[in-house]
Amino acid sequence: MTKTLLSLSGISKQFDGKTVLDELSLTIDDGEFITLLGPSGCGKTTLLRMMAGFEHPDEGTVTLSGVDITQTPPEHRPLNTVFQNYALFPHMSVFDNVAYGLKMEKRPKAEIAERVEEALAMVQLEDFARRKPHQLSGGQQQRVAIARAVVKRPKMLLLDEPLSALDYKLRRTMQVELKRLQRELGITFVFVTHDQEEALSMSDRIVVLKDGYIQQLGTPREVYERPANVFTARFVGQTNFFPGRVTKIEGERISVDVFGLNRELSKPSFRVAVNQSLHVLLRPEDIRVLAPDDIEGVAGKIVERNYKGSTLDSVIELEDGSHVMASEFFDEDDPTFDYSIGERVRVSWVDGWEWLLAEEGDEPLTDEEELAADDAEH
Amino acid sequence: MMRSIKQQPFRAAVLVLVWGWLLFLVLAPNMLVVGASVMTRNPSTFISLPLNLEAYRQLFNPLYLDVFLHSLYMAALTTLICLLIGYPFAWALSRVEKNRQMLLIFLLIVPFWTNSLVRTYALKLILATNGLLNSALMSLGVIDEPAQLLYTEGAVIVGLVYLLLPFMILPLYSVFEDLRQDVLLASHDLGAGRLATFKNVVVPLTLPGVLAGVMLVLLPAMGLFFVPDILGGSRNLLVGNVIKNQFLDARNWPFGAAASIVLTLTMALLMFAHRLSKRRLGEEGA
Repeated sequence: MTKTLLSLSGISKQFDGKTVLDELSLTIDDGEFITLLGPSGCGKTTLLRMMAGFEHPDEGTVTLSGVDITQTPPEHRPLNTVFQNYALFPHMSVFDNVAYGLKMEKRPKAEIAERVEEALAMVQLEDFARRKPHQLSGGQQQRVAIARAVVKRPKMLLLDEPLSALDYKLRRTMQVELKRLQRELGITFVFVTHDQEEALSMSDRIVVLKDGYIQQLGTPREVYERPANVFTARFVGQTNFFPGRVTKIEGERISVDVFGLNRELSKPSFRVAVNQSLHVLLRPEDIRVLAPDDIEGVAGKIVERNYKGSTLDSVIELEDGSHVMASEFFDEDDPTFDYSIGERVRVSWVDGWEWLLAEEGDEPLTDEEELAADDAEH
Repeated sequence: MMRSIKQQPFRAAVLVLVWGWLLFLVLAPNMLVVGASVMTRNPSTFISLPLNLEAYRQLFNPLYLDVFLHSLYMAALTTLICLLIGYPFAWALSRVEKNRQMLLIFLLIVPFWTNSLVRTYALKLILATNGLLNSALMSLGVIDEPAQLLYTEGAVIVGLVYLLLPFMILPLYSVFEDLRQDVLLASHDLGAGRLATFKNVVVPLTLPGVLAGVMLVLLPAMGLFFVPDILGGSRNLLVGNVIKNQFLDARNWPFGAAASIVLTLTMALLMFAHRLSKRRLGEEGA
């Protein structure tokens, strides 16, 4: 049985007349790893700062374990933050940085020393206690920032894009370490990022945010496989959007025409009518590229191929001019398979792996359309 | 690094210029002062042999010791007032929106375009018995008859603060500019209230600016002899007045030189303290 730790209800916030958050509500469970994911300006950092107490909402309430903390200043909240640029105290040693929070609690000296040692051991920095922050690498500074925040044993750890300043390899290492820390400490983590890959691999739940609204709230699998709307589908991973048209509705099954192929699918959660157009979504890894003489699929030709190490990513142009992204794993039968540009193929996919979305009034442009629009302007 | 032949003469010229400047305009005059301080007073040639430390012994004359201590007291008071005004001023300045910040700094610098002597005379007009301030206070009914403002210790302090305040604000502004907002937030986040954050984070991180400001105010505040000359009357002398008088009126060059050197050494001591505090913050040599 999960229990609610923090809940935000009806949160609105404006900066200089611009709405950043609009009547947003969210509950965070005790012990979960929840990620706020979205492009810059989506309100994710503002939301985190509200949990920390650095910002106060114009409207709405923040409750922690049932206590209203909407107006409580940060120093009286049992939560701690790991800042984007670490925000270590440059004039203090690593030890003093980590001890700071405990000194503020006026803990006895012996207890402080013991707990600081423990926290530093947890991030593998025992031997660096006497150093100053500027004598550490970025990754080490990051660990100090984490130790400094967890040493107070907060109910919740708020992480504001903590890995964005690190290089790719270090990021991967820190992702694993953060997960390990969270398991060991059992503390609720609220993690802010704009990196969807990071969000998918680390989170128990993901909150997809855009323009101050929650676009979707779900497990990484739900967000990736069953995106709630066009924005989420486009923002999280790559997706092929195929135009579909409903041809028949029979009970819980519907027939959809995609590129002249007739597909039998389960009825989506939104209302459908015969002849209605909708989006048929397929991830590149769901696409099957077949030989040109195959009886299945749609005809097309390879226009792009990218060797990605573990996969071969290709773009296939269909006869109607639309592009399909495919991502195929190398298998042991044919470890050297490759395409040549212009090669004729047929495109198909595994039946039943499609995801349907209703068309939206103001859909964002695809990357290609955006490029075309840019070209037209110049 | 590759050096083209063309760049070499330029490099040499710049080096000669800098070293020449330091040698002839900084080192040589100071050596002359040191030399003068250990020579004997001579009414006709100003200084003559033999070498002795008579001038330094004279510094311990209770009369001059009094002047030195009183001057130090006035300079310290000036510095303290500048710090008390300048610190919050610089903090606020660093938090103002960028465009307006530039305007405010410009306004801070504008007075430098007028000679400080002229500005001190302007201050005299304000503080005079029938000056601007007295007339204003009387017409407001605060006082019935003009107060004695001019030729007091207070007038000298006001003059010094007025002239030296920008020298306190500018270095402080620069350290506040570097003070990162998220470090303050981190302090709050870890349970420190405003006072604790100020004491544990803001003060240590702005200390180099405080020391730089103190250096730029304290020493000149002991040397700006024209301020007591114009505003202070005969009782409120600075070390600068003593030095000036020894050279121009009393014609005791060795003593004037010795007093100068004591001032210079005080300055050097402050600079050394400033360097130490900077090193503690790890700004030098990672």
